[in-house]
Amino acid sequence: MAEQRTRLRQRRLSLPASAEAIAELAPGDVVYLTGVVYTAREGVYQRIVVDREPLPMSDIAAISNANFHCSPAAAPDDRGGYTIGGVTATASFRFSKYMAEWLDLTGTRIVIGKGGMSAADYQNVMAPRGAVYLTTVGYGTGALLGRGVKGVEAVHWLDELGIAQAMWFFRVENFGPFIVDSDVAGNSLFQSEGERVNEGIEALYAGLKPPALARYGETDDRREELL
Amino acid sequence: MIANAQIETAAYEVMKKAAIDIPEDYLGGVKRMIDLETGDLSSFVLNSMVENWEAASEDRRPMCADTGLPRYFVKVGNEAAVEGGFCAVEQALRSATARATHDVPLRPNRVHPLWRTEHNNNVGINAPEIEWSFEPDADWIDITTVHKGGLFGTDYRMLFPGDGIDGIKRFFLDTLIAFGKRGLACQPAIVGVGIGGSKDICMTLGKQACCLRVVGDENPDPRIAALERELTELGNNIGMGPMGFVGKSMVVDCHIEVGYTHTGGMPVSVHTFCLSSRRATARVHADGGIAYRTDPQWFTPYMRRETIAWPSSERALDSVG
Repeated sequence: MAEQRTRLRQRRLSLPASAEAIAELAPGDVVYLTGVVYTAREGVYQRIVVDREPLPMSDIAAISNANFHCSPAAAPDDRGGYTIGGVTATASFRFSKYMAEWLDLTGTRIVIGKGGMSAADYQNVMAPRGAVYLTTVGYGTGALLGRGVKGVEAVHWLDELGIAQAMWFFRVENFGPFIVDSDVAGNSLFQSEGERVNEGIEALYAGLKPPALARYGETDDRREELL
Repeated sequence: MIANAQIETAAYEVMKKAAIDIPEDYLGGVKRMIDLETGDLSSFVLNSMVENWEAASEDRRPMCADTGLPRYFVKVGNEAAVEGGFCAVEQALRSATARATHDVPLRPNRVHPLWRTEHNNNVGINAPEIEWSFEPDADWIDITTVHKGGLFGTDYRMLFPGDGIDGIKRFFLDTLIAFGKRGLACQPAIVGVGIGGSKDICMTLGKQACCLRVVGDENPDPRIAALERELTELGNNIGMGPMGFVGKSMVVDCHIEVGYTHTGGMPVSVHTFCLSSRRATARVHADGGIAYRTDPQWFTPYMRRETIAWPSSERALDSVG
């Protein structure tokens, strides 16, 4: 499929991705993937990281080193396979607490999801392990990503965790677009863009008097993120 | 008499249409924002969304895999008669939800809030939500479905009359900034603002305002319409675009709905209907015919009435004698 014209740099990676290819990615690059990606979110993390169950295969990194924070719109196709409709990511910040052990256990080097994780996670957890974060676009390019899924290689814990939380292995081709948030140095696109947006925020509130009844809250500093 | 099977068919078809085809009014609104957007990243995101909607329609696959919390808004004509009564209508809507979840497919998002039990069909306790309204001088039933994600972009606050429009603007900005960072609200959005009512109705009004009014629609009260335009501009001047990137595309349109409220209070809710603003409506006529559209036409003059009486209801009561 023809991609749109953009001034952003476009990259194509084969999975499992080599350390060299991953190191070339820079925040703001547009990325398309070919190979196998797998899904894992809180249900899978609970089993592997917290309950210490074994992974469903011995050398997962040889199959793929890309973990997608995703629940597919999938349904059994009555022929023993699955229909994959739309594919979109779920917000990743909720999973950052599992990341260090997950990367160590699986060799994951590309984490794909919605909205990224904190800059501290990139600097302390991801970058030291040579891992980068790719964000989905929109959000909700479910149909474009669905087109990129060419088949289901395997699915694990479908009965135990349900469709949304099961561990899916997708065979993908030109799967994207994704935008690089963090690189191997731990730089974050969301952070740098957020800082630029913050420059104008104070002026928005100028002249608007605060309400009579205040609220307890963790912050009133609107430059801060609430993750 | 409207057959129950026709209601089930209409309810099933709107689920399919909502999940796959972006409404024209929202598409037009986003295309106008693309023309104005100058940020490279923000422009890339908006153009990708347009490609995505085209792919969804071509492939007949959901535009977003998070097919949200599928639900129904039903408007019943005062003269409509339904086979099996209204409990049978509710059963048809639950059946259509389960069938559409398997066939489209929709993601089976619905789980028990505590035990996380799921039936893999988006049906459960109080799910799908079914909200009812009535319309005088009509013998049809309108069935609208909305698929909206459920995690980010909504907030409620009790303000007071002295807080004035300033208070509303601050709360509007607070909500858009808090959930706009990193694009958790999946903006640019149709932003619904509920003002007044009791607390629960304040939430309902804002939710219905963003989900059930089309881009370009204005509140019939000209002063409220002016506030809608002002809040739209305020949101687009934050300097934030899609995904929280530098840009100006935050609010495709802002809709305000009001309800009479406690004399001492001014409750406000803000809701964002996302880059996959999915809604579809079917009108099931008394003769069984079904017509589909994307404008729910939910907020009729009857819905916004201020008076005790409504002319046709008065006439009907008079004729009973």
